Amino acid sequence: MTATALPKRRARMTPRARTSLLIGYLLLVLLALVYIYPFLISVAGSFKTDADATQNPLSLVPQIWTAAAYERLFTTVPLLQWTANSAIITVIVTVCRVFFDSLAGYALSRLQFRGRGIVFAGLIAVMAVPNVVLLIPRFLILKELGLYNTFGGMILPLIIDAGGIFIMKQFFESVPASIEEAARIDGAGVFRTYWSVVLPMARPALITLFILSFQGSWNEFSHFVISRQSADLNTLTTGVASLTSGELGSGNQYPLQLAAAVLMSIPVAVLFFIFQRRIMNTTSGAEKG
Amino acid sequence: MSKLRRSDRYYGWAFVAPAIVIIGLFLVVPIGLALYVSFSNWNGLGSPLGNSSLVGAENYAAVLTDPGLAQKDFGTSIRNNAYYVLAVVPLQTALALFLAVQVNRRVLRGRGFFRTAFYFPSVTSSVAITTIFIFLFTASGAVNALLGWFGVNGPNWFADPRGVIHILLAGVGVTSPPEALAAPGFLGVSGWEWLSGPSVAMCVLITLAVFTTSGTFMLIFLAALQNVGEEIDEAAMVDGAGAVRTFFSVTLPMLKPALFTVLTLGLIGTWQVFDQIYLTGRGAPGKTLLTPAFLAYDTSFSELNWGEGAAISFILFLIIVALTLLQRWVLRDRDLGRSGIRRARKADARLHALAQQGAANTAVGAAGAEGVVRR
Repeated sequence: MTATALPKRRARMTPRARTSLLIGYLLLVLLALVYIYPFLISVAGSFKTDADATQNPLSLVPQIWTAAAYERLFTTVPLLQWTANSAIITVIVTVCRVFFDSLAGYALSRLQFRGRGIVFAGLIAVMAVPNVVLLIPRFLILKELGLYNTFGGMILPLIIDAGGIFIMKQFFESVPASIEEAARIDGAGVFRTYWSVVLPMARPALITLFILSFQGSWNEFSHFVISRQSADLNTLTTGVASLTSGELGSGNQYPLQLAAAVLMSIPVAVLFFIFQRRIMNTTSGAEKG
Repeated sequence: MSKLRRSDRYYGWAFVAPAIVIIGLFLVVPIGLALYVSFSNWNGLGSPLGNSSLVGAENYAAVLTDPGLAQKDFGTSIRNNAYYVLAVVPLQTALALFLAVQVNRRVLRGRGFFRTAFYFPSVTSSVAITTIFIFLFTASGAVNALLGWFGVNGPNWFADPRGVIHILLAGVGVTSPPEALAAPGFLGVSGWEWLSGPSVAMCVLITLAVFTTSGTFMLIFLAALQNVGEEIDEAAMVDGAGAVRTFFSVTLPMLKPALFTVLTLGLIGTWQVFDQIYLTGRGAPGKTLLTPAFLAYDTSFSELNWGEGAAISFILFLIIVALTLLQRWVLRDRDLGRSGIRRARKADARLHALAQQGAANTAVGAAGAEGVVRR
C-alpha cells in the first residue's frame, strides 16, 4: 500500500483538492487572527489613554501614544516587588522540583527497595486529587504549622509534585540501565552515579520538567490566594488580580490592567519561544532528545 | 552485585523521602484535617483541633438536603458549572481536533506559525488572560464594537445574568415558568432555574476556556496524528474514500486513545474553575458565575463557615471522581478480545491518564507529559 501511495504524494492536485486547500487556508488565517488579535489589542491598549482605550477598543494604533500606564506600574503600583516575589518563588520551586522529582523518579524506577510498590501506588492515588479541592486543606495545615502568610508557606507545598515524579519515572524506564550499572561496578556510589551519569542522560525529561515547573509556578494563582494575606507577599498573579478586580482605584483603568497583564506574560512567552520546537513537536522532540 | 543491591535499600528510601515528607505534609495530612473540619463546627479561630466539636453530617446536610440559602447556592453553583462543562468539553475537543488535523497537513505552508498562534493562549496565566477578556467584553468593548459592524447590539456581557435558554424562550413568548417548574426542586433550585442555560456572562467564560485550552489539546491530537502517520490516510484516499469519509472512518478511530485523554482532562479541568470566577466578580451577576470550587472557597474564607466549605470541597471531589469513572465506563473499549490484553491495556491507560491528570495543572503539562510518556 505504501509503495503505491508514495509516488502519489507529488502528483498534481485535483481542482477539488485545491479549492479545499484554499478554503482551509482562509479559515485558518481567520482563526489565527481570532487567537492573536486579543493579545495585539492588549499591547496596543496598554499604550493608550484611559478614554482612548474605552472608546476605540478595537484599534491597534493609539490616538496618542502614552507610557503612563507603565509609569504608574513602576511608581505607585508595587509591580517590582510583585515581580521579585514571583521570581524568588519560581526559581526555588523550579530548582527543587527538577531535583527532587528526578531523584524520586529515579529511585522508583531503578533502585530495589522494599515498599517501592506501595510508594508508587500512593503516588498514583495522590495524582488523582484535583488541585482545587486542596485549597481549604492547604490553608488549614499552613495555619496549623505557623506557615500561613510566609514565603515558606507559599513555596513548600509546591516544591515536589507527584506528576513530575511520574514523568521522570516513566522516562527512566525507557532508557537502558547498562551505563549506570557499569559506573556502579566501577565503584561509583548510588548518589554519585545518579548525579554524574544518570542526570546528564535525562536531559530531555529534565527540560520538560523545567518548562512545566517554571510555567506552573510563575502562573500559580489559587495557592497564593489561600497561603498569604499580606500585601507584601503579593506575587504578580495575586497583585495583578487585585488590579483587575478594581483595587487600588483601578476600576476602569484598562491601560493599567492591560500593561500589567502584558508584562507578567513576558517571561512565559520568552520561555515558550526558546523551547518552542520542543513543545510543538511533541513526539519527535522527545524522541530526538 | 548483592552488595550493590543492599545499598539500594537505603538509597531508595533516602531518594523518595523528601517526596514522601512534602506530599504527606501538604497533601495527605491536610486532606485528613479538612475531612475532620467538614464534620465539625470550626469557626476559623485557633486550631480546628481543640476549638471545635463534631457535628456529624450537619455540614453536608446543610448543602445537600436542608432547604435554605446554603443548599440553594450549592444547587445554583452545580447548575452553572454543569452548563459550563456541557458547553466547554465538546467545543474544546472538537476545535482542538479540527486545528490539529489542519496544522498537520503536509501541504499546508506556515504550519509552524499556525501552531504557535493556536497554542500561545495556553501559555499565558489565567490572571493575564482573564484581565484581557474582561477588557474585550465590557459593554463598550472590542467584541461589542465588532458586533456593531454587523448591526448587532451586543449585551453588557459580564453584567448579564439572563440564561441563554431563557432568552430563547422569551423570544417565542415564554417569559415565566409553567406552574410545575416554579416550585423549588432538586437542591433547592426550581426546575425553571435548572433549565436556564448558561448565563450571558457564563458564555464569556466558556469562550475563554475554549480559547485557552484548545491549543493544549491540539498538541495532544497532533502527537497522536503524527503517530498514525500519513500513509494510512493516503492509502484510504487512494482507495477512493473522500477526505471527510477518510477522517471519520480511518483517522478518528485511530485517535481514540488521544480523544479519551482529551475528554478526561477536559472533564476534570472544567469542574475546577476558580481563578476566572475570583477575577470576574466572585460569582456575579446574579450568582450565575458561582461554581462549587469558588463557593467552597467563599463559604470558608469570607463567611468563615469552614465546615460547610470543606464539605463542598469533598462533594466536588466525589463529583469529579464519579464523572471520570462514568466517562471511562461509557467510552470503554468493547472490542478487545483476550481479557489479559484488555486488562493490561486498561491498566496502562489508567496510568497514562493519571499522569496527565497530575500534569494537567499547567498548560504545557498535558502535552509535555504526553511527549515524555509516549517514548
